[in-house]
Amino acid sequence: MALSKKDMVEMYRRMLLVRYFEEKVDELYGLGKIKGGTHLYAGEEAVAIGACAAIKPDDYITSTHRGHGHCVGKGGDPKLMMAELWGKKTGYCKGKGGSLHIADLGSNNLGANGIVGGGIPIATGAGLSIQMRKSKQVVLCFFGDGASNTGSFHESLNMGGVWKLPVVYICENNLYGMSVPAAKACAAQPDIAIRAASYGMPGQVADGMDVLAVYEAVKKAADRARKGSGPTLIECKTYRYKGHSKSDPRAYRTREEEAEWQARDAIASFRKRLVGKGVLTEKEAERIDNEAYEYIEASARFAEESPYPDVSELLEDVYVD
Amino acid sequence: MREITFQQALIEAMREEMLRDERVFLMGEDVGLYGGAYGASKGLFDEFGPERIRDTAISEAAIVGAGVGAALTGMRPIAEIMYIDFTGIAMDQIANQAAKVRYMFGGKARVPLVIRTSCGSGRSFAAQHSQCLEAWFMHVPGLYVVMPSNPYDAKGLLKTCIRDDNPVMFIEHKMSYKMKGQVPEEEYLIPLGQADVKRAGGDVTVIAISTMVQRALKAAEELAAEGIEVEVIDPRSLVPLDMESICNSVKKTGRVIVVHESVERSGPGAEIATRIMEEAFDYLDAPVKRLSGKNCPMPCSPVLEEAAVPQISDIIGAVKEII
Repeated sequence: MALSKKDMVEMYRRMLLVRYFEEKVDELYGLGKIKGGTHLYAGEEAVAIGACAAIKPDDYITSTHRGHGHCVGKGGDPKLMMAELWGKKTGYCKGKGGSLHIADLGSNNLGANGIVGGGIPIATGAGLSIQMRKSKQVVLCFFGDGASNTGSFHESLNMGGVWKLPVVYICENNLYGMSVPAAKACAAQPDIAIRAASYGMPGQVADGMDVLAVYEAVKKAADRARKGSGPTLIECKTYRYKGHSKSDPRAYRTREEEAEWQARDAIASFRKRLVGKGVLTEKEAERIDNEAYEYIEASARFAEESPYPDVSELLEDVYVD
Repeated sequence: MREITFQQALIEAMREEMLRDERVFLMGEDVGLYGGAYGASKGLFDEFGPERIRDTAISEAAIVGAGVGAALTGMRPIAEIMYIDFTGIAMDQIANQAAKVRYMFGGKARVPLVIRTSCGSGRSFAAQHSQCLEAWFMHVPGLYVVMPSNPYDAKGLLKTCIRDDNPVMFIEHKMSYKMKGQVPEEEYLIPLGQADVKRAGGDVTVIAISTMVQRALKAAEELAAEGIEVEVIDPRSLVPLDMESICNSVKKTGRVIVVHESVERSGPGAEIATRIMEEAFDYLDAPVKRLSGKNCPMPCSPVLEEAAVPQISDIIGAVKEII
């Protein structure tokens, strides 16, 4: 199945939604309007959007602490996401999860995760469930270079490899685990993808700044998984434009390095490509851009105007009654 | 009524629930052909095959985590962790994932996962294979904690846990597996949060957990010969905890001893004693007493191991002290 023009335009739109969402969130945190912790995905949009475009609506994903892009990629509504970050009742999790725990179970997004590596075993279990139910779905398991050094990564990829589970393990290598360069944290160099050999699955490096390259790699891996041939490890080389979190002064990297990556910006280059190929005119591209911006502005207004949860809801949802 | 072992009771519970619901399956280390480290899945592999009685790698975090993922997506897994001491490796998946996803996701998720594990001393297995760690899990909102003390309770409670939509720590004492007891042929369920009065008596209430129930019953028998009537209460589930039954007994006796094998400091006795003080203080005639494991790692030497946990004579002594 090749991507239609409509699909590509939708990918472009979603990348913009993520970017504007993150910029708005950055602003709102700066103003002190939103509390709590947040980790921005700006710069990495090609990975979530390219990967999610390669699967079907009833396929699953697990996300990470840097999860806003995955949620949009899987079809999440930025209005409900923004409300969740704001701790409002109208958010995806009724304000109980916040940025770190956005989940949209309605779109089979099994949730962001506050624990680095915490979602990898869960994705593996979702894969086991698919295999046992014979439902022909697949799971995309997102995690970062940092998570690739947790025990959960090793245990899960090994389990997925042994049982040939329908999981695509997608490592978003943004070069730094908070402040520590991946090169100083990962013994096997230069690629995390080579670890796939330990788990009896193919490993592949993809350009995480190229949404179509990510799409192609994930599509191939998802098709393979769906056929019952087992998991794949895909490492997407990418870059987060902002700090690890809002309090990060980015002392561990140079402004030059940041500029080099930003010169390869995934959204700008995809737009250029779409216009170059005649998929969009400049005017159409600009209109989509403006609409995405406006939608995020509207999302922020929706979130701000939404009510907080009632204190009586505090003890609800701990257990299934 | 027929008698079967605790181990057989567990096997029957899982077998019946697997026949009843195809979403139920068991996974863990050596649960398949080997039949489980304590034989608690013997015969199930032959009947259900390697798909549903699933041997895993030695990967506790992935065993529990895969249970969470499978539970979130339509299955009803039973994950066996061979020893409760090994749950430390899986603690993120138990305490941060299984327990919390429902709440974090605003009540939109369900995690019907049973984590079966073994606990306790008695075999000189020393500090990393003998612990009672129920308190770790009682502290985490979102988990249920169940500790059966006999075959009848083990079967009825396990069946209930498998049907429940919440994550449950189902903790089996390793010295219980060979214990025999009456278990009816016909199906029954035991609700969570329902304590059982194992012996009625009007002088002292002994709240005992897991194998301490049997010790308390033996102590009660000896004390009865001296004219002291002990009421032995088995909470069966620590979360949810049946305070109503406990308080009813306190109202009758006015004197309470909580007995458990896990170490005293911040153990289940601390919680139960506090709840009694909060909810039945006016009925107490003496301070609530705790009789617990000593505050040390479990030693190997059988002499030291015995000294580390409450014995029948300790319970008798404690009852005489409080009366």
